[in-house]
Amino acid sequence: MSILINKDTKVIVQGITGRDGAFHTSKMKAYGTNIVGGISPGKGGQQVDGIPVFNTVAEAVKATGANASVIFVPAPFAGDAIMEASYAGVDLVICITEHVPVQDMIKVTPVLKKNGTKLVGANCPGLITPDECLIGILPGMIFKKGNVGLISRSGTLTYEVVNMLTENNLGQTTCVGIGGDSVSGLYFIDLLEMYENDPETEAVVVIGEIGGDAEEQAARFIKDKMTKPVVAFIAGQSAPPGKRMGHAGAIISSGAGTAEEKIKAFKAAGVPVAKEPREIPGLVKEKLGL
Amino acid sequence: MKIHEYQARNLFRKYGIPVPEGVVCHSVDEVKQKVSDEDKLRVVKAQVQVGGRGKAGGVKLATTKAEAVEKAKQILGMEIKGITVEKILVADAVDIEKEFYVGLINDRNTKSVTLMASAEGGVEIEEVAKVSPEKIIKMAIDPAMGLMAWQARKIALQLFNDPKQIRQAADIFVKLYALYIDTDSSLAEINPLVLTPDKQVLAIDGKMNFDDNALFRQKEIIAMREADENEQKEIEANAKGLSYIKLDGNIGCMVNGAGLAMATMDMIKLYGGDPANFLDIGGSSNPQKVVDAMNILLSDKNVNSVMINIFGGITRCDDVARGLVAALDIIKTEVPIVIRLSGTNAKEGLEIIKTTGLPVVETMSEAAKTAIELSISRK
Repeated sequence: MSILINKDTKVIVQGITGRDGAFHTSKMKAYGTNIVGGISPGKGGQQVDGIPVFNTVAEAVKATGANASVIFVPAPFAGDAIMEASYAGVDLVICITEHVPVQDMIKVTPVLKKNGTKLVGANCPGLITPDECLIGILPGMIFKKGNVGLISRSGTLTYEVVNMLTENNLGQTTCVGIGGDSVSGLYFIDLLEMYENDPETEAVVVIGEIGGDAEEQAARFIKDKMTKPVVAFIAGQSAPPGKRMGHAGAIISSGAGTAEEKIKAFKAAGVPVAKEPREIPGLVKEKLGL
Repeated sequence: MKIHEYQARNLFRKYGIPVPEGVVCHSVDEVKQKVSDEDKLRVVKAQVQVGGRGKAGGVKLATTKAEAVEKAKQILGMEIKGITVEKILVADAVDIEKEFYVGLINDRNTKSVTLMASAEGGVEIEEVAKVSPEKIIKMAIDPAMGLMAWQARKIALQLFNDPKQIRQAADIFVKLYALYIDTDSSLAEINPLVLTPDKQVLAIDGKMNFDDNALFRQKEIIAMREADENEQKEIEANAKGLSYIKLDGNIGCMVNGAGLAMATMDMIKLYGGDPANFLDIGGSSNPQKVVDAMNILLSDKNVNSVMINIFGGITRCDDVARGLVAALDIIKTEVPIVIRLSGTNAKEGLEIIKTTGLPVVETMSEAAKTAIELSISRK
């Protein structure tokens, strides 16, 4: 078991003929992901790397039975691409594209709800169930199959932590990069609930960032609803107030969403917070009694 | 992106939100020319893109033209939070019976634009939000419908009693929402929105921020940009595919990825150092990017040691290392550098870096400690 994706997930790529889309499609395919098609309006009928290209998501879904779509189209068109996938009945949409305007994401939100679509991102590295399915731009070789779930708002920091987990023989069920934007798809709580219900996941690592209060909400959820142990890390403890640190989400405004508050919330929920990333594997082992 | 108050007032006016008349001046002479001879109550306001200007003495009242000129002299050239006042707004002042707050923001929890309003407007609104959050009315707006007139009235009804004022206020809310959406704003505030003794509802101060990700479709807004020195650097960095924010410390950081960059700064702080910047170079091994990043980093004269922290994922460490070596060959600097490489092909990468003779380490903690030691040794 795993969450969201596994070896049976059929993936299509929106923007498959673009530079990033083509590059990462070949990487995903090499990892073993079941890529069944790609979308590039006007290029339907062509092939990329042996993968059939369609003009619309609806055509691709009809022809391939795809249930997940990964988006690499440029930012001005990303909101539209998400909606197209949602209306075509794709269950899971992963938007890798960064710099998507916030208003576009706000417009997307009720559409996802109406159609029952799950969205990961935008501005995210994607997700992986090791040895089964990789969707996005994650470096597959650092992951290892196992029993730890991981949710992160960051990219390279996630890899850093996963690498340490793997080196410490702590394999992963599914790792999800939810993205750093202020308005995005699945949040910590949605995923924590999935991990709680996944029989293979034994512990979860949460990598948060300053800004917003998703971590505080996650802490409340863990306290009230979770039986499995959670370990956390918060990036941005040294960031000065009011500064935007690369991610649109990492903004501290009027006292809410500071690292201090998030750490306090996690500790109150019985979640140990690592002072630096290298402490994470030790905290997970402690919680699992290893 | 931020704009000045006078620019926000111009946008308000364009959308039919009532704002008192005013002129923008860059010099005392300009005040003498542009302000009418009529003696009336005016307010002279520093135009700087930071909060707290009133408390810093950047907002003053004047009853005559001569007094307005005098106040302009005092405010032009003064420093507010490190920023020199280069322009002022001389606006008609109005008598105030009551002050309100109205704001629109992108709310990440409801994933919608949210209207906030309070009968306790004015400079202490953040304090009100903290101490008595129940005094702030909030309404999430459906993006498909927009802010409907009845919704705007529902909010206005909680702030005003008189039917005419309720209509005026609701009209302002609807117009502010239209402006917000049309311009891809990320914050639009009227604080205060005032009720005058002759029962007019007016916006007498405005603040607007815009979503940087949407500027590509906001030509009119981008033309309003007046960046200060630090912002200028940040904009230049962005144009080169880098994300840079200057801070006050002395240890320069160059990292791939925003989250890792923040964690790197945290680590330097944790071990007793002070980061000089946030700098995310993204995920490529392009030597030019490293050169650009180094140039920006070293243009900050406080920097006396540099920590380069790279996690190689899709971009392998050996490629990153070759990029770094090529870049460091171009940049000849006295400032000591410590490099940390980890991830895919880290061993091969470290071997390549060792040829430069620069200190290379394997963990973030070691790199942070080394950077701090190097920094101290140069003081």
